[in-house]
Amino acid sequence: MAAPLRKEHPIFRILNSTFVDLPLPSNLSIWWNSGSLLGLCLVVQILTGIFLAMHYTADITLAFSSVMHILRDVNYGWFLRYVHANGVSLFFICMYCHIGRGLYYGSYNKIETWNVGVILFLVTILTAFMGYVLVWGQMSFWAATVITNLVSAIPYIGTIIVQWLWGGFSVDNATLTRFFPFHFLFPFIIAALAVIHLVFLHNSGANNPFAFNSNYDKAPFHIYFTTKDTVGFILLVAALFSLALLFPGALNDPENFIPANPLVTPPHIQPEWYFLFAYAILRSIPNKLGGVIALVAAILVLFLMPLLNTSKNESNSFRPLSQAAFWLLVAHLFILTWIGSQPVEYPYVLLGQVASVLYFSLFIFGFPIVSSIENKIIFS
Amino acid sequence: MAAILRKTSGLLRVNSGILCPKAKLSGFAHMSRTKKAALVTFGALAAGSTGLVSALHISVSAEEYDIHPPNLIWPHSGVFSTFDHASLRRGYQVYKEVCSACHSMQYLAFRNLVGVTHTEAEAKTIAEEFQIPDGPDEEGEMFERPGKLSDYFPKPYANDEAARAANQGALPPDMSYIALARHGNENYIFALLTGYCEPPAGVEVKGDLYYNPYFPGQAIGMAPPIYNEIIEYEDGTPATMGQIAKDVSTFLRWASEPEHDERKRMGLKALMVLSMILGVAYYTKRHKWSVLKSRKLAYRPPTA
Repeated sequence: MAAPLRKEHPIFRILNSTFVDLPLPSNLSIWWNSGSLLGLCLVVQILTGIFLAMHYTADITLAFSSVMHILRDVNYGWFLRYVHANGVSLFFICMYCHIGRGLYYGSYNKIETWNVGVILFLVTILTAFMGYVLVWGQMSFWAATVITNLVSAIPYIGTIIVQWLWGGFSVDNATLTRFFPFHFLFPFIIAALAVIHLVFLHNSGANNPFAFNSNYDKAPFHIYFTTKDTVGFILLVAALFSLALLFPGALNDPENFIPANPLVTPPHIQPEWYFLFAYAILRSIPNKLGGVIALVAAILVLFLMPLLNTSKNESNSFRPLSQAAFWLLVAHLFILTWIGSQPVEYPYVLLGQVASVLYFSLFIFGFPIVSSIENKIIFS
Repeated sequence: MAAILRKTSGLLRVNSGILCPKAKLSGFAHMSRTKKAALVTFGALAAGSTGLVSALHISVSAEEYDIHPPNLIWPHSGVFSTFDHASLRRGYQVYKEVCSACHSMQYLAFRNLVGVTHTEAEAKTIAEEFQIPDGPDEEGEMFERPGKLSDYFPKPYANDEAARAANQGALPPDMSYIALARHGNENYIFALLTGYCEPPAGVEVKGDLYYNPYFPGQAIGMAPPIYNEIIEYEDGTPATMGQIAKDVSTFLRWASEPEHDERKRMGLKALMVLSMILGVAYYTKRHKWSVLKSRKLAYRPPTA
């Protein structure tokens, strides 16, 4: 009897081994849905982005008006724009859930997959930032000015690099015209990196909530995980449509409905909600270079997770102290996000500094020490 | 009869127990006292922290110099509520007769009024009231013609400099996105329009500025633009200051997002369809997974 086409055809065979016959641990919880949801978010962002790009004009005299033209004059342009602008929020919600799941269940022990994931996170941050600038509203312009200026903190060559990034001596037309193609290109780099992420993942096999060897109990991707992911997809689309169609401005800054004006600084410059935790860490250090290093370290510290891991049991499922440390980290992220949205004044500055120190302490000292204590309790 | 029922229910209880023994792996009922105490302590700490953060947030916000506009209940505030179109029509009248003397509305075209505030014939008549620069003609000359539905609202000043010169240096902002471009949206517009008052003791407002606690900095260049009976509504609605402010705020909110009603209608439809699909998808998932979920794993120690 001949094998089915999906197992014989050179291309279908790859798809089959990725999405149909792939054996997965049968005990994967809903937190494992975040990966497929991220894939859906990427597809939605790329599709809506392509159609938006057809009507967008990357010129500082026309950029804001072209966005307003999309909102008012293009057929369902407002729908495309609202889905794209709110889709990024859901993208980051899924990404934070995905990273959180990785931290909780020890997915960082699959080092190649984890490292590519952190790179994906970094590229996504860059892509989102450049997309935010394209609107050329007040907050777009000043966010671009503040963030690109951070590079000037690099000793000796900082100013040269900043001017090279700007394409001039300030954020101007050259900056916008280069951010646009990068914002268009980067999602495809993200897609390529996601494929690499999956290749590494499927090479080592998926983790599971207990982090036990799951070879004894696996279920094929189709029909089990296709039906499970479908439920996740529908919930995500429902959340996206609720945001885009019923509360489109809930997560956006009103300042971005004012055209960019280099002569008027908004009273509170702040990034979108998904970058607020990093922004709070940046502001917590009075020194510019120190703040930039802390900002970058807040993301790059994820690379250290495999090295800092001292636990003999990968998952937190049976480690109550590590669970407490993890939820403490989550609480700190919420606090930092809140601090990032507040003005730079007492008591927010002090709270931000305390939360920042605890954020890094948890990664560098908290998790390893707690895991060592648990090792002694469980294994000795 | 009662005896039969008792017997039947007893049988059912026994049967359900035999056929589907329920796993008792989680849940509060089977949690140890220590775990319960830890959970309650954690919950109390989380609730206390949230309360502390909330109180801190409110107390620091209260120290800010600007007054936040109160959140009013608008006819269109509800998740699925649409605009009050009679109010929109009155609001357009207020904009046309009061605001448009200084404020532009560059992204709104006369065609946007059709089916929202006016009929097509009425909108055409409104557009024709304006002379729109056009050209060049066959001889290379610019000319003026009556407005058409496709034309955008004409600006009151030729450029920003002319607008500043006519307003003591202050540039009247464009109204197209004013409701979305201010914290508080239409609440801010209403509060600003009705919030003019005498400055409190010790506060001096310089020059040609006016005191308004809702305006950032409290000193605004715009004179109080509305008062009772400043206009006469076409539909006979009493033109009180509050009514005028409400109508123009509603109109400006619509001007900021003309797709508002259609957007919410689409949202309602999408959620209705998605909830039905979700039900089917969830049932399918449960059905397909029932085989895996109802397995019984047993450890059989090797016999000697």
